[in-house]
Formats: sequence, structure tokens, C-alpha cells
Amino acid sequence: MSPLWSTFGLSLRVAGCATLLALLLGVGFGYLLARGRFPGRDLLDTLLTLPMVMPPTVLGYYLLVLLGQQGWLGGWLDQQFGIRLIFTWQGAALAAAVVAFPLVFKPARAAFEAVDAQLEQAGRMLGLGELAIFLRVTLPLAWRGILAGMLLAFARALGEFGATLMVAGSIPGRTQTLSVAIYEAVQAGQDGLANALVLATSLLCVAVLLLAGRLAPGYLR
Amino acid sequence: MSLRPFLWLPLLLVCTAPRAAELTVSAAASLSEAFGAIASGYQHAYPQTRVMLNVGASGLLLQQVARGAPVDVLAVADRQTMDQAERLDLLLPGSRAEFAKNTLVLVVPASTQRVIHDLSDLLGADFRRVAIGNPDAVPAGRYAQDALRAAGLWPRLQDRLVGTQNVRQALAYATRGEVEAAFVYRSDVHQADERVSVALEVALEPLPVYPIAILRNSNKLEQARRFLAYVRSPAGQALLQRQGFVTPTEARP
Repeated sequence: MSPLWSTFGLSLRVAGCATLLALLLGVGFGYLLARGRFPGRDLLDTLLTLPMVMPPTVLGYYLLVLLGQQGWLGGWLDQQFGIRLIFTWQGAALAAAVVAFPLVFKPARAAFEAVDAQLEQAGRMLGLGELAIFLRVTLPLAWRGILAGMLLAFARALGEFGATLMVAGSIPGRTQTLSVAIYEAVQAGQDGLANALVLATSLLCVAVLLLAGRLAPGYLR
Repeated sequence: MSLRPFLWLPLLLVCTAPRAAELTVSAAASLSEAFGAIASGYQHAYPQTRVMLNVGASGLLLQQVARGAPVDVLAVADRQTMDQAERLDLLLPGSRAEFAKNTLVLVVPASTQRVIHDLSDLLGADFRRVAIGNPDAVPAGRYAQDALRAAGLWPRLQDRLVGTQNVRQALAYATRGEVEAAFVYRSDVHQADERVSVALEVALEPLPVYPIAILRNSNKLEQARRFLAYVRSPAGQALLQRQGFVTPTEARP
């Protein structure tokens, strides 16, 4: 039972960190693209949406090439700070964050665009700074949409397989997430373990979707 | 006349194109290139048959067949996997044979030029990560596990071992320099374009051996028998040797 729980805990940690990262970046870029007017905006939007349609193995390969020992970022991180992301849970979280990112970014952008500019204008008239307007007017108004995206991103991060496997490998207790553990169990013919893991994952996903429906009604239909 | 109403026709063609007899061969990951060459050699000799090659970890291939995958010939990298298939009554009785031998080696990325005298050197601080096929499904991993257990190193190396889905993934990690060492077959090293070098030959008794068999559910027995004969023929053996495999001396029935 203990390996099952450690796999479960690891998956939650990876998906949680990935969601947090996707949330910060998704809200940031969502706001930038909803409000900013600059050349290349559509191209940037396309690039940021790409992880949603691209096969996770392609993303995994990009990350492996970028973060690996021979990649410019991976090599630099290792030499400067001794940080290696390949085969670590942080690497898995990063891979899941990239895959889950568009699921936050897209609804966030739509939610920011739906915010009534007059309300922000009113805040400005009342003497609020731009940061205060963002934090106290825009973000609260857009929050429901962002939350819905965040929960979807969490579910997606939890289920991430292809990119995670390529970047983080499959080290039991360290980088072996639920989806990877299921694949390993089926491959090795351990049906009992596979059943337990599949059941746990299914329940977790149902819970996330129920929660999303409760917290952000209307956004997932 | 507009062509638009007929644009779907090529699709129909693709879906219904008449096919030659297809022989599905499931082969261990380490056999990828060797069986690719054997498949084209076989197709050259018997043009009316097309060989569909399905490659993966031996354990995965076994699970696919056990769950009813329509496979005609199974070639795996250890006796244990084939024994399991036999126990599950998946094989055509009397069709099992052994067609190749291999050697387990420890490779290091060629750029590092690390020297390994014996397996216990893996405990050194230099070896932060060592790739090994997941022993539950990958024969190369199982052989490596046996060797490490015999040397009393298995528990002590747990923190450093990175499990892989098949032996080629372990090779790929070493090729990319993501691990400091990897357990692979000597024949795999041929595929790495000198980006890895063999640091140690792992002593195993007996040597890793490759069994092949026809599956009980195959409905292409004639083609399957011809394929097995081709693999064991001088032509087939020459193709295997070119990839670094060794012909087994004693023919086990």
C-alpha cells in the first residue's frame, strides 16, 4: 500500500506545482495578450497555445533537448548552480506545467477580455494605481474563468504522461507519477496494481471536475 | 465540373486497398534494426508477404499477446519471458527455438571516458545516475539486476538507478549524456554512432539468449514457419551478426 500512496502523493505534488506555475504564467500572459497591443501578438498567442495541440512527446523532446546535459539551458544550470532537472520531480512538474499552461492561459485571456473596461476606468477615476486596479478590480472579476482553467490544468497535469516520461523518467518514489506507474504496471503484467492506480486516478479526476463545476459553474459547459 | 464531391475518394482507396498477406512479428527492442533487415530480406525472398514489425520491451510484447493482440511471431530477449508465454499457453507447441545470443555491457557516454573495472565502481561519486531497463518488463534490466544482486550491489545502487521502458531508452539516455552509465547489449552499441563507449562487459552465465516462437492464435502458420526458418538460415544469421549478435552454438529445440 505504501508505494501506492507515495506515487499518489508525488503525483499531487507534481500536478500542484505544475498548476501553480501554469497559473502564474497563464494569468500573466493572459492579461498581457488581453490588454496589450503590440506587433506579433497573434503569433505569441499561437505559440503559447501550441502545447494544447502538440503531442506531449514533442514537448518532452523539446524540454529534453533544452534542459538536458547537452542543452544550453540544462548545461548552464548544471554548471552554475549544480541543478539537474532531468530525472527529478521538479523536471516532471515543469513538463506538466508546459502541457497544462494553455488551459489556464486561454480562459484567463478570455476572462480578462470580458471584464468591463468601464469598471477599471472607474477605479482609475477614484485614484487607484494600475496594480491596485489589477488586483482589486480586474482579477476578482476574471477570477471565475481563471479558476475553471486552473482546475482543468490541474487535471491535465495529473494525467500528463508523454512529456513527463521523457523528461523525468520513471523512478519509483521519485519521479514515477500515477500515469507512468499505470503504464509500468500494465507493461509488467501487474494487473492488481494497475487496477488500484487506475481507480485512484479516476476518482481524483471526477473529484476535480465536480469541484470545478461547483467553484466555477457555467465555465466548463 | 467541381471536383469537390469526389475529394473523399482517396480516403476510400486508402481504407479498402487490397493488402498482401501480413505477418505480424513482435520483436524485442534490441532487435529493432536486425529484424528490420531480416524483414526486408524475408520480403525480398517472399514478395507476397508483408512483415509488420512491432517492437518493444519483451515484457510489453508478452502482455500484448496475452491480452489478445493479433501477433503471429514472438521474438524476445530472454528465456523467462518465453517461459511465461509458454505457461500461458500462447505458443504453438514445438515452434519455440533460439536464434541469437548477446552480451550485456555497461556503457558510458563517449565524451566522459570514464573507466569501470568492475560493477562496484558504480558506487563512486562520479556515477550519479545509471540507466537500467525496468526489470519487471525489460530483460536487459533483469540481467543487470541479476548481476548487481550477485555482486551485492542492488540495494546500495537503488538511489542511482533510472528505470527505462526498454533497453534502447537506457542507451538513449547514455547517448545524450543524461546518465553516467547504462546497462545495454553489445549489439545496441552499434546503434549509438560511437557516442557511447563500452566500459565493462558484464559477466553473465548463461549469456542472454533470444527465443522465437509462433503464436497459437496465428492464422498464417505457413508464412510464420518460413519466417522462423529465415531467421535461423545463414542469410538471417548473417544479418544478425552484422548488428552484433552471436549465433547460438547448440540448437535448442
